[in-house]
Amino acid sequence: MAFLELTGVSKTFGQFKAVDNFNLQVDKGEFVSFLGPSGCGKTTTLRMIAGFEKPTSGRIVINDVDVTYKSPNQRNVGMVFQSYALFPNMTVAGNIGFGLKIAKTPAADVKQRVERMLELIHMPGYGGRYPYQLSGGQQQRVALARALAIRPQVLLLDEPLSALDAKIRVELRSEIRRIQQELGITTIYVTHDQEEALSLSDRIVVMSAGNIEQVGTPFEIYNYPRTQFVASFVGTLNQLHCEVVDAAQGLLRYHDQPLTTGAPIEFPNGAAVKVLLRPEELQLGNGHGHETNQLVGQVETVSFLGATVRVELSLNGSRLTMDLQNERQLQLPQVGQSYTVSFPPHACWVMPEG
Amino acid sequence: MRRGTFWSWLWISLGALYFLLPLIGTFIFSLRARRDELSFAAYDSAFSDPRFWEAFGFSAMMAVFTVIVSLLITVPTAYWVQLRLPRLRPIVELITLLPFVIPAVVLVFGLIRIYSRPPLALTGAIFTTNLLLIAGYTVLSLPYMYRAVDTGLRAIDIRTLTEAAQSLGAGWPTIIWHIIFPNLRTALLSGAFLTFAIVVGELVLASFLARPAFAPYLAQLINNRAYEPAALTIVSFLITWACIGLISFFGQHRAGGESQLAGPR
Repeated sequence: MAFLELTGVSKTFGQFKAVDNFNLQVDKGEFVSFLGPSGCGKTTTLRMIAGFEKPTSGRIVINDVDVTYKSPNQRNVGMVFQSYALFPNMTVAGNIGFGLKIAKTPAADVKQRVERMLELIHMPGYGGRYPYQLSGGQQQRVALARALAIRPQVLLLDEPLSALDAKIRVELRSEIRRIQQELGITTIYVTHDQEEALSLSDRIVVMSAGNIEQVGTPFEIYNYPRTQFVASFVGTLNQLHCEVVDAAQGLLRYHDQPLTTGAPIEFPNGAAVKVLLRPEELQLGNGHGHETNQLVGQVETVSFLGATVRVELSLNGSRLTMDLQNERQLQLPQVGQSYTVSFPPHACWVMPEG
Repeated sequence: MRRGTFWSWLWISLGALYFLLPLIGTFIFSLRARRDELSFAAYDSAFSDPRFWEAFGFSAMMAVFTVIVSLLITVPTAYWVQLRLPRLRPIVELITLLPFVIPAVVLVFGLIRIYSRPPLALTGAIFTTNLLLIAGYTVLSLPYMYRAVDTGLRAIDIRTLTEAAQSLGAGWPTIIWHIIFPNLRTALLSGAFLTFAIVVGELVLASFLARPAFAPYLAQLINNRAYEPAALTIVSFLITWACIGLISFFGQHRAGGESQLAGPR
């Protein structure tokens, strides 16, 4: 039995359908991310779980209790906001202990719990400070501690790291995951950052225009996208416009170049299709030794990104993006030079044109 | 001195002279109670009059009650309009501006007409007449109090703070008392001091409702004395300036950084 269940949940604002027939089951202790572009309905769905929006239709059940029409203060759901939303008039201890005081927890227990939370977020001794005296990362930790102090059934996070700089973001997301695993709390995390979603989640719900495109583990979402939207939104994707030559043998033609998928293609011979490739599947030269799956392109740009080197090539009027793993002995491609680029058959993912 | 700066200082100086010269004249006049010498005799005389303290004390007490009533009405209203009914904001703002349009004499005659006869006869007793006076003052101070509260609310993200409090189990009274009021402290103080200054200096309502307020006392004094009214006029200005000074002080020195929004930097 799922701990958190959304069944047929929809939300309409006037004529605009923000969320359409959203169905999801989340197990206890699971970390699920809602990933998608702005306006896809992920925050609206999160707010319906929190109780800040009422669904137009559908049900939301938490721990066997139908909370669809319960007010937010009756759901015992902790929430962390993008803007932190710390109470400026209260100290850190006051913020963390606020929910406990509402619940009429004895003062000694409040004090103990606040101290425990401060240790959990690695900020002992900060109880007497005010929010304005903290950095952005510290404020977000306190917001997390405040949400967790009340022992919520579900923890909701609405793009909590988007206002922070890159380095703090990476540090804090590890912290969030550590704390979530330590407490075993069911968590829903909303983000438009695919790296966050991929690194944090047990499962990802990819959304677009109010609909669920795919639900799966990060590995499944990235390596086995079910729709082009998922494939192009999560990670970078190259598209080669091809024609099916022999569907049974998995043979295609890209201009004059033969390509093979190594497996039967579901589209008929002569069909116009797209072959989709991840940049990291491409390599310089003919490393895999096949006669097919080799393209020649001219290097347009070489971008050094640290752990990877991104090379953009032009071929047949299109652009091809290739990611090389950086190492000290790597020979960087020269801009303006032509190179052979190859890829293994299993890297090909075939989609219909249009 | 640059040309632009010269003209700025010139206009400021002319404006200050226009405003300050009559006050200086009044102040000097208030010091001439004793022939051929400047002294604070008029001030001594005014402050030693027990009716002064009675009138000022009464007005101060009315001001305090007006501030309390005004806060209890304005803060939840402004909060709810901003949170749930933003489309009503222009209408509410128009309503709060009506006291600027409707003269106080019209207001007081309306109050007397409605509340001087059964079933709502309130002008027959002192206590209920004071209640009417407070109600009238609340209406007169509405534009100032509402503006102050509305400005304070716009400076904080009340929607997210409200949602954060709700997610932690808080109901509406807790949210308003523990979150909204404390974070509006500076705005509320501004509104309170403005209301205080208005109430202490208000003449029409208190005169027509026959209450022993400060402004009617001052008006009566003008008919009988020369120097004491000048002295009390200066005192009135000093009280008003003190209120404005306190507003400015609390606006700059916000305890605990309460004006700092807890949000991304």
